[in-house]
Amino acid sequence: MREQMPIGVTITRITEESPSIRTFTFDQEIPFNPGQFVMVWVPGVDEIPMALSATDAITVQKVGDATAALFSLGVGDQIGIRGPFGNGFAVTGRTLAVGGGIGVSPLHPLATAGLVDVFLLGARSAEDLIFADRLAETTTLFTATDDGSAGHHGFVTDLLGRIDPIDFDHICVCGPEVMMRAVLGILERHGCTDRGQFSLHRYMKCGIGICGSCCTDPGGLRVCRDGPVFTGDRLIASEFGHYTRDASGQRKNL
Amino acid sequence: MVTLKPGPINVGGLRLNNHLLLAAGILGTTGASLARILASGAGGVVTKSIGPEPKAGHHGPCVVTVDGGVLNAMGLPNPSSGFTRELEAIRGQPVVVSIFGGNPEEFATVAGWFAGNAAGFELNVSCPHAAGYGAALGSDPAIVEACTRAVSRLGLPTWVKLTPNVTDIAECGRAAQRGGATAIVAINTLKAMRISTALRRPVLGNTFGGLSGPAVFPVAVRSVYDLYEACSIPIVGCGGITTADNVVEMMMAGASAVEIGSAVMDDIGIFATIAGDLYAPDGEDPAGIVGCAHA
Repeated sequence: MREQMPIGVTITRITEESPSIRTFTFDQEIPFNPGQFVMVWVPGVDEIPMALSATDAITVQKVGDATAALFSLGVGDQIGIRGPFGNGFAVTGRTLAVGGGIGVSPLHPLATAGLVDVFLLGARSAEDLIFADRLAETTTLFTATDDGSAGHHGFVTDLLGRIDPIDFDHICVCGPEVMMRAVLGILERHGCTDRGQFSLHRYMKCGIGICGSCCTDPGGLRVCRDGPVFTGDRLIASEFGHYTRDASGQRKNL
Repeated sequence: MVTLKPGPINVGGLRLNNHLLLAAGILGTTGASLARILASGAGGVVTKSIGPEPKAGHHGPCVVTVDGGVLNAMGLPNPSSGFTRELEAIRGQPVVVSIFGGNPEEFATVAGWFAGNAAGFELNVSCPHAAGYGAALGSDPAIVEACTRAVSRLGLPTWVKLTPNVTDIAECGRAAQRGGATAIVAINTLKAMRISTALRRPVLGNTFGGLSGPAVFPVAVRSVYDLYEACSIPIVGCGGITTADNVVEMMMAGASAVEIGSAVMDDIGIFATIAGDLYAPDGEDPAGIVGCAHA
């Protein structure tokens, strides 16, 4: 049992990606595999899991108390970081990435490392299509928005109708779980669920695989340790896309 | 190394597949994770502690790993009576439901929910970081006795998990025995804390928490040794066990079985790993090992 106390990092830059999404860059680099996450300690408030969007950055959507507290911080403020944790994406050959909303965050370092050939990016509207410019530099980017303000007018999953998943060795996916479940359904129809790599989000307390708060049905897989990235064939007959659990462990339907 | 004869055992009213149980609070929030641990070679499992109301637990950080151990202040998160459905998938298996309450009546109420689908109960009168629960009750022998009696009346195996954060753990053991406990579990975590020097504040959201892992093993061995001298009911050893030799040592101190928790962090297959080292067809009769270190 090796000591792993949170390290203190200082915020050096805050980038407003959209009205509700900011990237917090800090003063230390954390070696990681794209898709791995860190536990982010907002002193006096809480500690929450966050994907690393770069070696020295997290990209955060304001959704609750802890993220709201993060949004109240400025350059020069300190936060604590434990990690990186989890497995991350594992790709070789041709890779397709599918990101929805803030789900683009863990896929971004995969793309900037030159490991993504085609990127399908979806969001509610044009202003929520974060990282689009940078993704277009290293991938073939297609976008979709719910309101039609940019790219395809509709869901990012519609774009999968124009692309044959079989052409890719890996399909890396992160976004709202209902969207990810829809992608899994498409891969199932193509008979290639094992090529899908889905980054799951579950309530986490420990991050190191012992507390059990992120365990999924029916296999008892720990999202923090066995994941957060799982291949589609391991998710097909699971709670994925159906329900999750809250802080007390009670089930919540999606 | 000493090896033991394999096979099912009976401890404190429970029939277990082997001497190794999953400790409370580790991967015990869902039926699926408990089933996974049973399938991975555990002789029995203890659930997350279940209480009278759903609880979200403390704010984070809730866990930090330290040299030789794990420091946690989870704050007893649990789904309360909703947990009954989690047990449906593992009905009939050696599942001990850990329960907590703020008084004997609450212990009895919670135990009553699970009377039909638990192999037995483990009373948490020892969690060191939940105001009004756990060690707040478990450091008073009279309350330990009353809570134990309230649950043991149900007629199911009733284990009582004790806190080492007292002057005399044997006194609490005797109180549990008077209350009708069928076994004593020792120990829960040691009250502890760390401070982040970078952020100049306590690391845990709850300021202090409980230390588990190899760092506490000698404290657990000493506690089991003391309890074996003081009590006549079986003892289940818990605290920092990571190897088969640790299991044997704990049994020599007086434990009839052991619980394993923090070691799951380094190896989720720890139960099969330890069982592989601990058992051999020509191994010794476990009954001859339990308490053999007492002159």
